[in-house]
This record gives sequence, structure tokens and C-alpha cells, in this order.
Amino acid sequence: MEGRTVQLVVTCLVDALAPQVGRATVTVLERAGCQVDFVEGQTCCGQPAFNVGMVTEARRMAGHTLDLLDVTKGPIVVPSGSCADMMTRHYEELFAGTDREQQAERISSRVRELSQFLVDDLATDLKASCEGCLIAYHHSCHGLRGLGLGHQAANLLSEVEMAELEGATDCCGFGGAFAIEMPAVSAAIMNEKLDRIEASGADTLVGGEVSCLIHLEGGLRRRDSKIVVKHLAEILAGDDS
Amino acid sequence: MSPQPVTFLGRAEALLGTRAAESVNQGMLHLTAMRDNAVSGFPLMDAMRDRARVIRLHALANLDRLLSHFADQVVAQGGAVHFAADAVEANQIVARILKETGSHLVVKSKSMVSEEIDLNRYLEDRGFEVVETDLGEFIVQLAGDTPSHIVAPIIHLDRHDVGTLFAQKLGVEETFDPTRLNQIARDHLRETFLKADAGISGVNIAVAESGSVITVTNEGNGRLCTTAPRVHIALLGMERVVSRWEDASVILEVLARSATGQRLTSYTNVVTGPRRESDEDGPEQLHVVIIDNGRSEILGSDTAEILACIRCGACLNVCPVFRTVGGHAYGSVYSGPVGSIVTPGLLGMEPWWELPYASTLCGACEEVCPIRIQIPSMLLKLRARAAEEGRLPGWLERGMRRYTNIADSSSKWERAKRLVHTLTWPVSRGGWIRRLPGRGRGWTAYRDFPRPARESFSAWWRSNRGA
Repeated sequence: MEGRTVQLVVTCLVDALAPQVGRATVTVLERAGCQVDFVEGQTCCGQPAFNVGMVTEARRMAGHTLDLLDVTKGPIVVPSGSCADMMTRHYEELFAGTDREQQAERISSRVRELSQFLVDDLATDLKASCEGCLIAYHHSCHGLRGLGLGHQAANLLSEVEMAELEGATDCCGFGGAFAIEMPAVSAAIMNEKLDRIEASGADTLVGGEVSCLIHLEGGLRRRDSKIVVKHLAEILAGDDS
Repeated sequence: MSPQPVTFLGRAEALLGTRAAESVNQGMLHLTAMRDNAVSGFPLMDAMRDRARVIRLHALANLDRLLSHFADQVVAQGGAVHFAADAVEANQIVARILKETGSHLVVKSKSMVSEEIDLNRYLEDRGFEVVETDLGEFIVQLAGDTPSHIVAPIIHLDRHDVGTLFAQKLGVEETFDPTRLNQIARDHLRETFLKADAGISGVNIAVAESGSVITVTNEGNGRLCTTAPRVHIALLGMERVVSRWEDASVILEVLARSATGQRLTSYTNVVTGPRRESDEDGPEQLHVVIIDNGRSEILGSDTAEILACIRCGACLNVCPVFRTVGGHAYGSVYSGPVGSIVTPGLLGMEPWWELPYASTLCGACEEVCPIRIQIPSMLLKLRARAAEEGRLPGWLERGMRRYTNIADSSSKWERAKRLVHTLTWPVSRGGWIRRLPGRGRGWTAYRDFPRPARESFSAWWRSNRGA
């Protein structure tokens, strides 16, 4: 797999709110022997609109993404389970019966979530190291149940110390627009999750989804918590990111 | 009492953090653990779920044929069949049967469809005496409450609530001992069973080939309701029919495991026709009321698959939203993920379109559903319907349009990132925002929000890796 060229899709949230996760993803992919390409002009995959039912708007954003990626080749790697889920499982449904149907199929079949690409496709021997850390891992729902992720992250984190987290596969309450439409309910679910994370004794919270992590870190900050929040790519990149 | 809030969010906020919500959460964690335990001890579960799905989808695809075969078989066994197009008709039919059979005192076993058509109130308004005999439903009725969960109706109450209620309403000495409480209800109900003129039950599964109706219970009250009184009226939601006994047995395998973590419920009650001459007991008359009440509407829509539901409640138990607020937040008889699809289907989009939004789309529901119903996908379909019909709140629709106008253009996206970074300077501290304006206030009421980065990823790429 040496020298394999991959297309990086960073997602809107990483681009604007968490660029360090994008840089770490580049580092990790290069360390895994890939040549990283990034098409400029990326915005949003359309998931926010799709999830509230605004199909026309979702198509516009997704269409923009499809056009950018259609001139590229090779696997498309996304450091987000939910965006990868959107681009694989939902694009075809979103464009079914439209003149973008084939284009959507073409792109969808190339999309891989980061941990999925590293472990399932590259069979990488990269392992995260984090001296003295006790890590709690948050399985984000769309990656977990949409793409069947989980074992890949466990593989990548197999050499660090992991905390036992009660309800590890339970939702964190983010839910996209749900967090703004029904903030009190979203926060109540989040607080149960944060209680469990704190009870696990972890000093570091790791996940593969910036959206959930922003929500959880934002909540931890209100508790004056000392728990550090990192994307899986950041833990893998270590100090190089 | 203050009036009920009219929106899901209003009701949910009123419930958040209450003792009732805490009872629900504990109950749901318990039921989920029981379910997981039962499923892990049954290696065939996944294969059974696949089979159950095929059976239920086949039944829906052949519903008219199965129902007519079922009805013929009920009649052949000596029973009577009535079709009710809606709740009003269903209630009228039941009242007419009661009147014609000279019935006054009616015992009921648990039936969600009777809640759906608000049967108790209809009958009570017309002078009939109706007594719920499922312990949970008995307590709900005594308290003038409504069930908060389709399987565990009083999951929002604890033994102290029940002890206080019994002391008040039944004039017994106050006790909080569950065994004593059970005994009090049992003594009270036993009398009623013996005096009752008619029994009303729901139906978990109707079997077309034999015209049988199956009810599953854990208390034996269902069996008493359907055998002790002279008349038995079975209320059947029209989608609950399967073709053969073999099919019914598969549904039974997955139903109790998913609902309560049991291999089978304590009682699996099968009624095939009224009492025969050779029978020692049983009702003189059996009436099956087949109820549509909006189901045909769902069957013809893109959420038809939800009619495959067998009402185990597993999707409620694992739903993070349901666990946090409980069933009363949904404002409808059917709550949780399944209710969020069934309710707008049965009762219309107004005002129920908001229920599909009461979900994080986490997918835990689909993961446990014994019929593998694609719940999140149907929630999305209903959201798309709501959006298309222009029902979304203005702020959300306008906000998403504005976001789309930016995010479908690379240059506007670049400018917007820089602009928002600059604009958030006064309200940011250490890269985080403590208070957002407008609808963002909902976010920052509970959590900080990260300030957009000074150098976005694409800006970094341009300066460090760009061609």
C-alpha cells in the first residue's frame, strides 16, 4: 500500500472549528504510507440539512461535494463516522432518481471513515501511544451503527490504557440540530454521559467524531473538568500534529 | 392542575429531572439489561429476528387476504367479527355489544389499542363500569393517569407513589411493600372478575389459519378477563395478524425476549372461538373488533413498515430521549421511537410532526428491534415530509437555508469562516464561546461552543501544502 494516494475530506466542522484534527489526519495518513491529496473548496457534506428533512438543501450541499470529488481518484478518507455514513449510505438515497444518481454511487463507493481505512483497508500497524493516559472512548452512533465501526478504533488504541466506560455505546445526546432544537433534553443525555466518563476515572476522552466531541468538551468545560478531549487522529498523530 | 404544555419540548422540559423521569430511566436500564441477557443466552435470536421480519412484512403485504381469512375462521369457530374504520366506530361497536348482551360491569386486560381509541372514557360516559385488571393499568386508572410506556405503563411511578395511592383510593392501610401492594390489588380485583358481565382484551397476535387471538401477559389477568365473564370482546389493531401458527410461534420467540427479557411471558393465552358445549368454562360470546383507525393510511405511505411492529417496547427502553423524559413527553398513547412514527401516521402531521424530531437518530432502536424495523430511516422520511409541508419552525428553516447558501459555494464558505472568526472575538475566551446569540443560546445554556479557528484547515493546507 506504500505511496497510495488518498483524497482527504475534512468535513465542515473540522475545517472551521477543529483544524488540528485535519492536520493530525494528514500526519496519520502519511505515517501510514499514503500520499494525501486535498481538493480545495470543500464545505459541508449536507448532513445537517438531510437530518432535519430539508432534502433540497441537502442536495445542494451534497452536489457541491460530489462535483469537487468527482474529478479526483482513489479512496476518499473522512475523519468522521457520521459524514462518512452520510456520504456512503445516504447519498445514493438522496439522489435516487435524479441525474446525479450515478455520480453519487461513484463517490459513495470510494468513501471510507478514517479508522476503517487505516485498519480494514491498509491493515496498518500504527498504534496510538499516550504515556500515562487513561482513555475513555466515545463510540459515535452513526459510525457505530451506520458503518459498523468500533473494532478499528479498539485496534488502534490497543497499546494505551483504556478506562471501562459504563454505557460506552450509548448516545451522547448531540444529535445535530437536535442539540439546538431540544437543548435541555440533549444536555440531560449529555450529562449522564459525562457523569459516566468522570466515573470511569479517565483523564482523556477520545472519539472519532468532532461533532460529539465538541458537545462533550463544551459540557466538560462547564464542569471545570480536567479531562482532555481528543479526536482519534490526534491521539494517533501524537506530538507531530 | 396547570394545563399540559402543547409541545414535546414543553412536556419534556416539565419532566426533566423529576422523580418520574428518574424512575423511567432506572426502569429502562433494568429492562434493557434483562433484554440483553435474554438475547445473549439465545444464539438463534438473530435468525429468529430475520424470520420474524419476513413474517411481519409478508403479513402486511397480504393484509387484506389474511384479515378476511382470519375473519372467516373466527366466524367458523362461532365468534363474531366487526370492522371499525375509526375510533368512533370501534367505541360504538363495543358499546353496542355491551348493551345487547345486557352487560354493565366490564373487566379489561391491557390493550394499547383501547387507549388509542379512548375506550374507557367512552364507555364510562355511557354508564358502563370499566375496571382495568392489569396491575399497572389498574394503578393508572385509579390515579386518573395515563400509561407512560406501552409495556410497562407505570414505569414512571415507584412503590411509594403506589402505596400512597392505594391508601387514598382503596382505603387500605398505607404500605410500600410491593408484595403487600400486589395482594391488595389482587383481592380488590378478584371480586370484580367474578361479578363482571364482559371482558375486553387486546390482541398481541391474530392467527389467520385458525381464527385464534393470542394475548401475552405476566399476571394471568388476561386469562380471567377472557374466560370468566359471559362475553369476551377482543380489540385487534388490524395489522397484528399473521398467516399461520408457525409464524405466531416465531413472533412469540422474539416478543417476550425483547420486551422483558423473558423466554416467554408467564401466560400465553390463546382464544379460538367462544365456549363450546364440551368446555367447562369460557365466554358464551366472542366478538373480535378489527380496528383500522388510520392504519390503512400508514399502509399506503412511505412509513408502512412501522405496521410490522409487535409492540415489545424495546426501542423505547434503549432510546436516550425516551429514557431521559419518559413516555408522557410524547403526548400520545404510543411513545418513544415507534410512537414518533405511528402517532403522526394515525393522527396526522399536525401537531404530531414534531415527534420525529424528538430523536438524536442514534439508531439504538433499530439495533434492538426484533423485526429490524428501519426506525431512523422512517424518522428521516417523516422529517422530510414535515419540511416539505412547510412545518419546520421558521428559525430552523431560515437558518438551514442561510447555511446552505454559504456551504454550496467555496468562496462564500471561505469568507464566512473568516467573518465568523472575527465577529466572535468579543465573546470568546481561550478559543471557546460562553454565550451565543439567538437560537445558539440553547447550546450555550448547557455547554461552551468552540470559536471558529483563526486558520481553518483549508487555509493551513493552502499555506503549507498547496501547490
